[in-house]
Amino acid sequence: MLSGTLPRTLGRTWPSIARVLVCRYSVAAIPTPNRQPDVQFDKLFINNEWHDAVNKKTFPTVNPATGEVICQVAEGDKADVDKAVKAAKDAFQLGSPWRRMDASDRGLLLSHLADRIERDAAYLAELETLDNGKPYAVAYTVDVPMVVKCLRYYAGWADKWEGKTIPVDGDYFCYTRHEPIGVCGQIIPWNFPLLMQAWKLGPALATGNTVVMKVAEQTPLSALYVAHLIKEVGFPPGVVNIIPGLGPIAGAAIASHMDVDKVAFTGSTEVGHLIQQASGTSNLKKVTLELGGKSPNIIMSDADTKVNLEQAHFAVFFNQGQCCCAGSRTYVQESIYNEFVEHSVERAKRRVVGDPFSFNTEQGPQVNEEQFKKILGYISSGKKEGAKLLCGGSVAAERGYFIQPTVFGDVKDNMTIAREEIFGPVMQILKFRTLEEVVERANNTKYGLAAAVFTKDIDKANYISAGLRTGTIWINCYNVFGAQAPFGGYKASGIGRELGQYGLDNYTEVKTVVIKVPQKNS
Amino acid sequence: MHVSENRQRTMSNESRDGQQRENKLSTRPLDTEMPMPVSDLKIEYTKIFMNNEWHDSCCGRRIPVYNPATGELLCEVEEGDKEDIDKAVKCARQAFQLGSPWRRMDASERGRLLCKLADLVERDRQILATLEAIDSGKLFLVAYFVDLVGTIKTLRYYGGWADKIQGKTIPVDGEYFTFTRHEPIGVCGQIIPWNFPLLMFAWKIAPALCCGNTVIIKPAEQTPLTALHMASLIKEAGFPPGVVNIVPGYGPTAGHAIAQHMDIDKVAFTGSTDVGKIIKKAAGNSNLKRVTLELGGKNPNIVFADSDLEHAVEQAHHGLFFNQGQCCLAGSRVFVEEPIYDDFVLKSVERAKKRVLGNPLVPGVDQGPQIDKKHFDKILELIESGRREGAKLECGGGAWGQKGFFIQPTVFSDVTDDMRIAKEEIFGPVQQIMKFSSIEEVIRRANNTHYGLAAGVFTNDINKALTISAALQAGTVWVNCYNAMSSQCPFGGFKMSGNGREMGEYGLQEYTEIKTVTIKIPQKNS
Repeated sequence: MLSGTLPRTLGRTWPSIARVLVCRYSVAAIPTPNRQPDVQFDKLFINNEWHDAVNKKTFPTVNPATGEVICQVAEGDKADVDKAVKAAKDAFQLGSPWRRMDASDRGLLLSHLADRIERDAAYLAELETLDNGKPYAVAYTVDVPMVVKCLRYYAGWADKWEGKTIPVDGDYFCYTRHEPIGVCGQIIPWNFPLLMQAWKLGPALATGNTVVMKVAEQTPLSALYVAHLIKEVGFPPGVVNIIPGLGPIAGAAIASHMDVDKVAFTGSTEVGHLIQQASGTSNLKKVTLELGGKSPNIIMSDADTKVNLEQAHFAVFFNQGQCCCAGSRTYVQESIYNEFVEHSVERAKRRVVGDPFSFNTEQGPQVNEEQFKKILGYISSGKKEGAKLLCGGSVAAERGYFIQPTVFGDVKDNMTIAREEIFGPVMQILKFRTLEEVVERANNTKYGLAAAVFTKDIDKANYISAGLRTGTIWINCYNVFGAQAPFGGYKASGIGRELGQYGLDNYTEVKTVVIKVPQKNS
Repeated sequence: MHVSENRQRTMSNESRDGQQRENKLSTRPLDTEMPMPVSDLKIEYTKIFMNNEWHDSCCGRRIPVYNPATGELLCEVEEGDKEDIDKAVKCARQAFQLGSPWRRMDASERGRLLCKLADLVERDRQILATLEAIDSGKLFLVAYFVDLVGTIKTLRYYGGWADKIQGKTIPVDGEYFTFTRHEPIGVCGQIIPWNFPLLMFAWKIAPALCCGNTVIIKPAEQTPLTALHMASLIKEAGFPPGVVNIVPGYGPTAGHAIAQHMDIDKVAFTGSTDVGKIIKKAAGNSNLKRVTLELGGKNPNIVFADSDLEHAVEQAHHGLFFNQGQCCLAGSRVFVEEPIYDDFVLKSVERAKKRVLGNPLVPGVDQGPQIDKKHFDKILELIESGRREGAKLECGGGAWGQKGFFIQPTVFSDVTDDMRIAKEEIFGPVQQIMKFSSIEEVIRRANNTHYGLAAGVFTNDINKALTISAALQAGTVWVNCYNAMSSQCPFGGFKMSGNGREMGEYGLQEYTEIKTVTIKIPQKNS
């Protein structure tokens, strides 16, 4: 999940990907990280104030590189969600400062938030690495800049989200108002904590909603620091409320709350089902979901080998494989299959796994023990079901949750590792012969998040990009994200779209106003 | 032509919601104390700006720049002529080459540059407002709270658009894939007037740059100073060389060279209708460059008997007298319904008499001088024609003060539609009040002009409001308000008040070429 920016320092150990990815602009020198950044905020953020949980509970957040507890964080449950919803509802009252604010000023607040995040980029990247385990150089050059860009992008939309006047039949004047939905519950995952927060807040706030956000229990720290910045730039109290907590408790309370008008969730397909059910059994709140994927990456024999190899590697292994859009089914055309497998294994073996604060590190730990074990379980199922383990396959360090970069060849479509989302550094390579065959096989999944095709042939590129049932198609590239381009899933990969202008739709109620006029004229 | 920030504290009478508006985020840091003009301002920039460098004029001539409040010479500015325009066009063309930094720049980065420019303008707000006041004669506080805020907001607004100008993919018939690209037009010539020098500068460059064009802009010879200060900020913000080129000069020389240049792809002009015609002819005579025009107006402001009278009088007063009456959208034909006519005239005259004239740098002054002697003479001549043609001069009617180009706030009643003061754009502090008796009548009379820029209507009756707003041939209609402009709203004229629209999303269309790309595909699927 990123666009063309990897640090120059990574380029030294990773020359070819650097060439591909750092082509747009050079990255400023990365500041040396503080490996033990002070955690300044560990409570619930409601009404621009810091609160303990009503029941005083806390939970530990862990550094996945060491397994050590970083600190205790207040754990929100239903009572805290109620408080936060009340704050958000009050902030949304007719006549409130937030409702009366000029749209351009909402935009300016978002833009100021982006400026503060940019100012504190190094600290936020340190927190992110400490809490999530992703390489610091990536957090600093990918996650944080994308957060800043996303917020700036939506800042610009605030006063450009225009209703219409509509030429209805009869002597009437008709127009639409694009109004905020109201109180939005937002539940975000741990794989890109800061970025997912920005994806959620940007469109919700640009369109004038108020927010109750639950951050993942694995990675609450960076979001709480952003809460502090939200207060600092001057968002009115109650506009954004942030509650660290557990899915089945705080998350469920949001999804089933009678006063939450909309819920947006990013996470597993399994939980996505629960969220939509909760909406159905409560108040029919609007639901948007960004869920799992098993995204096909199709390599045609005419493709540029160097580019596709590096991109296919990056498509799976980026962020420790913890991407919903990971290219985890690599379909390679028969005539280049053997060569491709050989080079992919070589490339995976070169992958540097280790201390995420080191600039040489390409891959940090998985986020926690549960994920770590789940991935190892998938690897053993792959072996059992007859896939060919070509490299990796086991634990990579004595402590922390590190897994070796793993490549499977001879993978068949019916194997578990070809059907289920592994969310780890495990690459599946499958062989295909014809275009029609690969389109059919690529679509034969309940998921439909993303896909890619590598080919120089314009007809093949166009055929595949129309034929695949996924929300995003990359051609001769992978993981290219921009705040401007919508992202979301077909089928069980989600409902609705985030980012781009499309992302505004999911935070807007359209109101049609019809006025009787004495006499209509064109 | 001005902005909705007539809601500021310093223009106290104007706004009922002014108090809440003080908290505007963009102005908050500077709002806490009454701003003052910079006392010993040194004029730093007086040359032609090309390729991010300062140049002397090719012809060696200079334009004298005067303070209209005193008639004193402020400085001399390099005078651009055809040769300088040629040089500037070369710079702009070079900056627009395929593969240039400007063409390859991410759209979001273009937006960032515009936002940075807005920040720099905010930083230099006091300097720019002072320059604007001494150069154009407008009130310092108006410059500070209206022109500067409008400028900053315009730059930020279009900063936000840069990466949101989206093409489409189109479901064409047959086995094809079709998409559109919204591309910049290329080199844009922009010619701006002297009544809102800085704001018009922002209105022109912001959409042009947001869409990725390059620009040659000619500020008015009367008021080149803020534009040249902006040049330094454009460079500081980091726009690549050649993207914006600023050439002060006169209309018939530099302006004409722009309009008929074979290598300028588009010309945008704000000014008089007479010159607008010349611009369009020049485009036709040269390379069929795209033309947008924002020209004069003789705008009706219609007051019904059921309206809030005090509010209507106040708004009509500001609708006309704002900026010394030097607004293309001035509400210069006030149509008042018969039953309240006498009352309305009486109150309007009282209001006009309260208007304080004087040094535009001093707080408490409501009206500064007209822009120059020529314009001053023209206004006095039109006032004289009003008298001669039988309108009733209620107040004012002559020059004011010992020096500078001040004119007394003037109100005419019993004005009839055939008088010159009811037909011609006066562009000065002269209010015409006419009587009407039915809605059909006033619609017909209001539309009976070759202009169509703006209009106002005051009524509490929703049917009248909607009927009038549909019936008037004007690019903007205000209901129970006047001069309520903002970056988000398009502005421009019907009929001879202009071609095209500025501001809002509509403003982007004027700086974009649409390219349709159609690709043959093996098999189409929905």
